[in-house]
Parts: sequence; C-alpha cells; structure tokens
Amino acid sequence: MLDFPKWKVWLIALVIAAGVILSIPSLLASTPYASAWPKWLPQYKINLGLDLAGGSHLLLEADAQDALKQRLQAKEDEVATELRRDPRIDIGDISTAGGRLSFLVRDPTQVDAAVERLRRLSQPVALTGNRDWDVQVVDSTRIVLTPSAAGTAQALKDAMGVARDVVRRRIDPGGTKEITVVTEGGNRILVEVPGVEDPEELKRLIGQTARLEFKLVDQSADPAEVQQGRAPPGSQVLPMADGSGFIAVKRRVMVSGDQLTKAVQSFDSQTGAPDINITFNTAGARRFGRATQENVGKPFAIILDDKVLSAPNINEPILGGNAQISGSFTVQSAHDLAVSLSSGKLPVKLVPIEERTVSAELGQDSIHKGAIASVVSVLAVIVFMLVTYGRFGVYANIALVVNAFLILGIMAMFNATLTLPGIAGFILTIGAAVDANVLINERIREEIRRGRRLLDAVDTGYHEAFRAIFDANVTHVISAAIMAYFGSGPVRGFAVVLMIGVVTSVFTAVYFTRMLVALWIRRTRPRELHI
Amino acid sequence: MKLLKLVPDHTNLDFMRWRNLALVLSLIATVVSIGFTVYRGLNLGIDFVGGQVVRVEFQQPVKIDELREKVAQLGVGEAGITTLGNARTYQVRLPKPEGPDSASNQVVSKLRAAIPRDYPGARVDAGESVSGKVSEELAQDSAMAIGLAMLGIAIYIWFRFEWQFGVGALLTLAHDIAMTLGFFAFTRLQVDLNVVAAFLTIVGYSLNDTVVIYDRIREDLRKYRKMAILPLLNLSLNETLARTVVTSLTVLLALGILMLIGPQVIFGLAIAIFLGVLIGTYSSIYISAPVLVWLGVQPDSFLKTGEKDEAEPQTA
Repeated sequence: MLDFPKWKVWLIALVIAAGVILSIPSLLASTPYASAWPKWLPQYKINLGLDLAGGSHLLLEADAQDALKQRLQAKEDEVATELRRDPRIDIGDISTAGGRLSFLVRDPTQVDAAVERLRRLSQPVALTGNRDWDVQVVDSTRIVLTPSAAGTAQALKDAMGVARDVVRRRIDPGGTKEITVVTEGGNRILVEVPGVEDPEELKRLIGQTARLEFKLVDQSADPAEVQQGRAPPGSQVLPMADGSGFIAVKRRVMVSGDQLTKAVQSFDSQTGAPDINITFNTAGARRFGRATQENVGKPFAIILDDKVLSAPNINEPILGGNAQISGSFTVQSAHDLAVSLSSGKLPVKLVPIEERTVSAELGQDSIHKGAIASVVSVLAVIVFMLVTYGRFGVYANIALVVNAFLILGIMAMFNATLTLPGIAGFILTIGAAVDANVLINERIREEIRRGRRLLDAVDTGYHEAFRAIFDANVTHVISAAIMAYFGSGPVRGFAVVLMIGVVTSVFTAVYFTRMLVALWIRRTRPRELHI
Repeated sequence: MKLLKLVPDHTNLDFMRWRNLALVLSLIATVVSIGFTVYRGLNLGIDFVGGQVVRVEFQQPVKIDELREKVAQLGVGEAGITTLGNARTYQVRLPKPEGPDSASNQVVSKLRAAIPRDYPGARVDAGESVSGKVSEELAQDSAMAIGLAMLGIAIYIWFRFEWQFGVGALLTLAHDIAMTLGFFAFTRLQVDLNVVAAFLTIVGYSLNDTVVIYDRIREDLRKYRKMAILPLLNLSLNETLARTVVTSLTVLLALGILMLIGPQVIFGLAIAIFLGVLIGTYSSIYISAPVLVWLGVQPDSFLKTGEKDEAEPQTA
C-alpha cells in the first residue's frame, strides 16, 4: 500500500497536468480571457453541438425514383450519342417507361451491330461480376436496356458521393464555414450548419436538382396534341415553369448545364429583370455555337429540372460561350439558381426528412444554466463528501475536481462534441464518480470496525472495493456504448461524456486517491483513522 | 470534526423479513405502471410519432388561449400548445402534415414568420420537424437499444457471477424501466430522444447498486458457508447499506440540482434518471436479493463437487 514508487507519482501528476492544460482553452472560450492563453500551449477545443451553439440540422434522403429517372435520361443521351456516330444507326420510338430504356432500330440488319456497340458501353460493377446494364433484343428490332440491381446500387452510391460534394458547395461556396455534410446509411445526407437559424435558406439551395438543358422546340408538333401530353416521335412534352401550359421539345440535348464553368445572378439589360449569366466551358461553347448556328430563326427551350423556363428565338449564332437565362425570377431565386448551377447539378433529388434548429440565444441560455447547475452540483457533492468522510472526503473531492478537468481535457483532445444532454452526462458523472470513493471508504470503515489495523484496513478497503467498482463501471460502459451506437447527435454526445467519465473516474477515484492516501500515511504515520 | 454517519455502525435491519410484502407491492406497482403505459399511453414527442414543434420565447407573458387562437388563424392544423415552465415560453406542436414528407417544413416556417409579427420581440427559439419515416426508425432504434442494453448487461452479470445473478439483474432492470415508464405515462411528461437516453442510463446506473450488493453477497457466500441464505442476504445488505445510502444521495443531489436549476430542455432526461436511481436503489434491495432466494441460491450452490467436502468457514 505504502509502496508507491516515485515514477508512478510523476506519471499520475503528468496525466493530471495534461488534462488541466488541455481543458483550459475550452473553458476560456467565449470569455474575455480567451486571448490570455499562451499561444505555445495546446489549443484543442471542445466542439459545441448544435443544441448549444445554435444552428440547423437537416437530414436529407435521396429520392430513389428520381435517381432512376436521371440515370435513364443520362443513358438515353449516351446511347443516342453513341449510335449517331459513324457508322450511324437510326433509332426511333424511344421510351423510358417502366424503368427501362427501349427503342426501335429502324434498319433490322443493324440490330446486332447496335447491340454490340451498346454492350461495349456497359461497365462491369466493381467486385460483383455483373454489368451495370443488361442489353436485350425484343421482337427482333427493339432493344431494351435494363439497369441491373448491382448497377443501380453502385450508381446510388456514386450519386450520393457527388451529391454530398454538391450540397457542400452550395451551402458553403467559399469553403470557409464549419459545416458538416456527411452521407449516412447509404441513401441519406446529414447537414449541420452552425449559426443558421432558419433552414429555409438551406433548403432553397439544396432543394433544386439544377439540371439545366438546352433543347430545340419541336415546331412540327400539333399544339392541341401537345396540350394533351402527346408529342411527335423524337420529341417530348414538358410543362412551362410559369404554369402557362406545355411545350414540345426535341429529345436531343443541344447543350447541358454540365458544360458550365460559371453562373452569376445579373439583370436583363433591357427590362432590368433579374436573370442569370452563364458561361460555358470550351467544349460547351463550341457545341452551343454550332447548335445556334444551325438553327437561326428557330426557338429553343431552356429547361431546368424538366420545366421550361423560357423558349426564346435564336436571333443569331451565339459563339462566345455566354448566355443569359431569363424567366420569372426574383433577385433571390435567381441568385439561388446561380449558386446551384455553379455547384453542379445534384445527381439525385434530395428530400428533407428531418429538421431541427436551435437559436443561438437558446443555446447560450442552455450553456449558462448548464454551467451553473454543474458548478452547484459539484459544490453540493463536495460538501456532502467532506462532512461524511473528513480527510478521505477531501481526497475524494480533489479526485472529483481532477476528474472534471480530465473529462474536459480528453474531450478537447479528441475534438469531441459537447451537447446539452452531454452536460447532463457530466453532472451525472460527477454524482456517480464519487461512488468509487464511497465504496472504498465504507469498506475501510468496515475493516476498522472489524478490528484491522489502519494500514491493513486501508489496503483491504482499496483491494476489496475494486471488484465492485470494476463490474459496476463495465455495466455503465455497456449501456453508454449502445447509446453511442444507436443514438443521434445530442444523445451520442451524452454517451460520449459518460464513457469518458467512467474511464477517468476510475483513474481519479481509485489510483489517484490511493496515491494521496499513501503519501499521507507515509508522511504522518497516523495511529488511528478518522473516517 | 464529527463525521456524518447516515447509517450507524452495526446497523442490522431484517430486510428479508419483508421480502414477500415488498414483492407484492412491487408486483402491484409494476402492473399498475404497465397498465398506465398501455391504456393511457405515453405522451410521445415528435421524435417518435413525427410532426413539428416550435418553441417560442415571448417578451411579455402571453395567455395560452390567445396564443392558441392566433395559431389557429394560420390554418396550420390542430395545434397543441404547452407552457415550458413559465408564461413566456411555449411549445407549439403541430401534427405531421399529410402528403409528401418534404412539405412538412412549411408550417414551421409559417409560424416562424407569423409569431414575431403578432408579438413584437418574440423569438422562435427552436423548430423541429420529423417525418413519419424517421420517427418510426427512431422509435424502433430506441426500443432495440434499450432491449440490447438490458440483455448485454444481464449477460455480463451472468458471466461475472452466476446465471441466477444474471436473471436477478434482468428482473431488476425490467422492474425499474416499467416503473419509470409508468411515471411518464401517469404524469404525461413528454417522452423524447433525451428520455430514451435517460432510460439507457438507468439501465446502466440502477444496476450499479445491484452489482455492488451482488459482489458482497458473492463474497459472503464464500466466507460464511454454513450460514442460511436469508441471514446471509441480510448481512450483505446491511454491510453495503451505508454505501448504498451515501452513493444514492450524491447522485440524487447532483441530479436534483440539474432538475431544479438546469436547462429546461433536459428536464425530462434529468427527472427520468433521478427517478430511475431512486427506484433502482429500492429494487437492488428488494428485487435483486430476494430473486436469488427464489432461484434457489444456497451458500454451497457455487462450490464445485470436490470443493464441497473441504468447505469450511474462513475467518475474516
């Protein structure tokens, strides 16, 4: 018991010093003394959860239906482009109904060649041995492309990765804010933005897929048929964005938003209405120039997310790679669209399924009340331990305070997030951490009552109590670990504090106090124990 | 300095004498709790049933009826308005709107805009909306987490002690959880994710006492091999009584302070753990220990056959 080597004392002192130094920057944060902390010391800080810092939490889910639709459309473009190349194979009656892409090959002798070229387009899906599209011939002239399950899964995974980056760029174009954007569970994206109290702003930015396409208007279509939703072969019917009816456009995409380099909100030079100025990249500019050159005098449609914004006439070839998009925009909506276009289109539509916001004021209030409650709890427990165990209570109390610093220090070191339930976890840990000392001290009392000598009693007390302390703490860790695994945001913060608290409290309440007791006994050689 | 001794030395209470009465009372309380939970139901927050909640802080006290009327005029559906501690802080709860999940946030925005217009200086402090899909998952995950935690801990106790102790721990936990649920059903306090965190904590902490008492029972079983089981349980309970009282008091002290002066948002969490610790202290004495008697634990139950012959009482 008295055998407490110097190196152990130093090691314990070192751990405690590290804990205190690591915890101070977090305690000073948002007080006027924050700048007084020397720069050469560690600067680790505890993160504040959204419920304390204020901000918005959004959980978005991928619309699987939309993902499939977008994938079919992309495939259609790919197939059309491939078969238009030399030797050209003419196709018609393209349909994406039923989640499959199907079309007729006009010249039956070319069916085999077409299948051959399309099979080459399909990609093997990593590790599954499957290809992403199945190519089949039906009724000897119709080719049907069906997305394979493995291909669809892989496509969703890829799309989520892209979507995550797009969401980040849209919310934080400058890349400077401390936002969290992570994929969760395969088809979800979690967005956390501190400081934003009205999530509408975020949702406006994320809500648009922002798939921009330029297509020629099909002037041959019968207007009456179009309003019925029927389009001539090679064309499709799309609604006008302002709700003024329908319009038939050619299926073939002239240029798409993928070939943009820049989009900024501006104002129409004639009407003064808000619009968006876009700049194509080299390939896009060439394609746009050629398409406008070939179709002077004809109208083309500017299509955003399958709705036609406007269908102006091509008055002259547009060769510089610049274009204006007008529509019935407000300055705000034009700005949002410009941001969305610049950040790229979302490969899949995202739907908010959970949303939580907390104002900075409420967060501040929670921190304030939580801090007061923590301090009062610590004081109350300290007084209680002091009147119950005297000197041994003092040791337990020193351990308690050290424990508080260690919890904060470890949280800071791992850059852990403190949430409001986390504060409750902290207070609970304070209340429960002294349990180890209670167990030890009661055992020492008991052994003394049984007539053991002082040193023997202390030794037995620490030794016998440890088993129960260990078992009890394992049960805490089990429940906290399960909480951390299943819980979301704030609750996970609670579990993290509990787990750290269990580990630090065993260290402070058992090893640290034993050191204090041993040093005291060695120094004063007391005859009797007042406990 | 005269030290405080809440439990005098040589306390010798005959706990086990009342074990059957305690069992009947516990059974009645558990049945009543479960009955309340089933028939009256829990006041589940939007975390588990979906919907929307807005928390508003007003500058001046506002009458709840007046606020209800104002909200009704917005045409946002049937609103449930409750005060949060005082007449300046209210929670407005709205049902989850029909139709696609994405629409669910518009109502919160509506309130966000309308309330500061009607009440200058009022502040929307928090807004939450949870779709039916997410709430279903949260409810499932929570139930699973509590179940797994109970099972995990019971298995751990089984490994560290004997199977009888594992069963005892599981029954104790079930009792504690049922009683706390009953309390929430009775008071209509809202059950949200924080309260589930509290339940998981109860699973860990209410077992704290049980583990300490079991540890002592195991120790005494080895020490006093000739003693009958009931006096032995009494002895172990009395030996650990001082510790049980002091620890429960420190935890209750800290949690009581959190409950009284801590942030209102986590009141539910604080009161649930407070209650769980209180109930857990009782059940560690009157459920955990008697269960061992009913499961037939005897002083020589855990001796291997060879050991039995040479079994002789050790002196402490």
